[in-house]
Amino acid sequence: MVIGMDDVISLGVGEPDFVTPWHIREACIYSLEKGHTSYTSNSGLIELREAISDSFHNDYGVGYNPEDQILVTTGVSEAADLALRALVNPGDEVILHEPCYVSYKPSIILSGGTPVPVSTTRDNEFRVTGEQIEAAITDRTKAIILSYPNNPTGAVMQKQDLEEVADVVVEHDLLVISDEVYDKLTYNGKHTCFSSLNGMEDRTILLNGLSKSHAMTGLRVGYAMGPPGLISAMLLIHQYTMLCAPITAQMGAIEALRNGEAEMQAMVREYNRRRRLFVTGLNRLGLDCFEPRGAFYAFPSVESTGMTSSQFAEELLHQQKVAVVPGEVFGQSGDGFLRCSYASSLDELKTALEKIEEFLS
Amino acid sequence: MNEILEIIEQDPKKDPSEIALLTGYSEKEVQTRIKELEDSGIIRKYKAVIDWDRVGEEYVYAIIELKITLGDRSGYDTIAHRIASFNEVRSIRLISGDHDLSLTVRGKSMKDVAFFVAEKIASLDQVQNTVTHFVLKTYKEDGVPLFEQEKSKRLAISP
Repeated sequence: MVIGMDDVISLGVGEPDFVTPWHIREACIYSLEKGHTSYTSNSGLIELREAISDSFHNDYGVGYNPEDQILVTTGVSEAADLALRALVNPGDEVILHEPCYVSYKPSIILSGGTPVPVSTTRDNEFRVTGEQIEAAITDRTKAIILSYPNNPTGAVMQKQDLEEVADVVVEHDLLVISDEVYDKLTYNGKHTCFSSLNGMEDRTILLNGLSKSHAMTGLRVGYAMGPPGLISAMLLIHQYTMLCAPITAQMGAIEALRNGEAEMQAMVREYNRRRRLFVTGLNRLGLDCFEPRGAFYAFPSVESTGMTSSQFAEELLHQQKVAVVPGEVFGQSGDGFLRCSYASSLDELKTALEKIEEFLS
Repeated sequence: MNEILEIIEQDPKKDPSEIALLTGYSEKEVQTRIKELEDSGIIRKYKAVIDWDRVGEEYVYAIIELKITLGDRSGYDTIAHRIASFNEVRSIRLISGDHDLSLTVRGKSMKDVAFFVAEKIASLDQVQNTVTHFVLKTYKEDGVPLFEQEKSKRLAISP
């Protein structure tokens, strides 16, 4: 609907408004100039896998061997798909918490599995509990998908929240696919990497990428890390389907991981300012919004307006040309909420708030 | 503290209430801190980056490198302060390499700048030689690009 409308302020975008930092773009250009246009190893350039391994060791103290525990993919979406196809047999159940990223459910179904959604709530700040997961387990349960910091809610899980989940995982002998692509975008606190928890390294496929942290969405570089057996199963599918991630993007990713820390931190500080301005603004307008401590989304409730979230989103677009995404797109428990991305300039966010205010009056 | 400075450096016109919103400090705290930063000289001055070419104002800029012979009892600071006092001098830095001081000078014409260098700078006792580079075009000033940049072309809705 929004496509083709002019002058829309879109808060519907799930990607950074920053352009990829220049030093990374230049590394891509330079690699083209030097004629690096071939396939890479199916697993990805070894230099990139080493850089990934180093960064996780430095950030979270987890050790992944670049030789056989890291697989570079064409974005995290491919990695998630590979993980599910490698793990899931027909009839297996995969537990996922909703609201969540839109691709998990279809990917589970495509891999022959059955998605078992667990609803997270505003009252618990959209965190999933060990208890909830335990209640959803059957003898067909194979794995759990965790995705924190969360798209669309901006929720994060503290270490003790994750430990609760880890206990259930051990008790029921499960595997975890942990999509942590927003890990760097964590505000006022430190992200806990799921596989850094005691005993979780052997049970976790950790997914991450450079799209959000280094504003590289269109370059498509993600990666999966995990026990060698699981990674080699994923590699088998990857080599017959995608073959390898684009080499130009991989070269950019090496530069990003080696020299991109300062620019990344600057982007995170800027997101944090926008987050404060925008979330305060929404609450002032009576759109109740818990404090999102991760990613770049606010997830306000529209309850006070008496409208459904789709009505709200549709009318807001028509009347004020502000685009937001109704929460039910991300699962039933997202109904009554809106996903608003604050990955827009401060001026745009201020204008959007003014327009929402006008819409509500 | 650095957070406030980073915001002000980008946009000195932001008012304290907005800075408070962006940083999570109260408005009063922001006002107090800015005052402290101003008083202590950490914030030296608020200024605008102006693309004078667009105004049609024909300023001429030159980068001038100086080789200095230090006198018996005076260091670089003395001569640098002296040169810095000229209004024509926009910036002055002590540098490594073949030369010792690097100046940016602004004048109304090339003749103006050449005259200034010859009369006021080259004539100083400590100045051994000068190299003058006239600026032909400025592309970026103080971190601000002076050319049009393409806007990012994101889709209006994406997952």
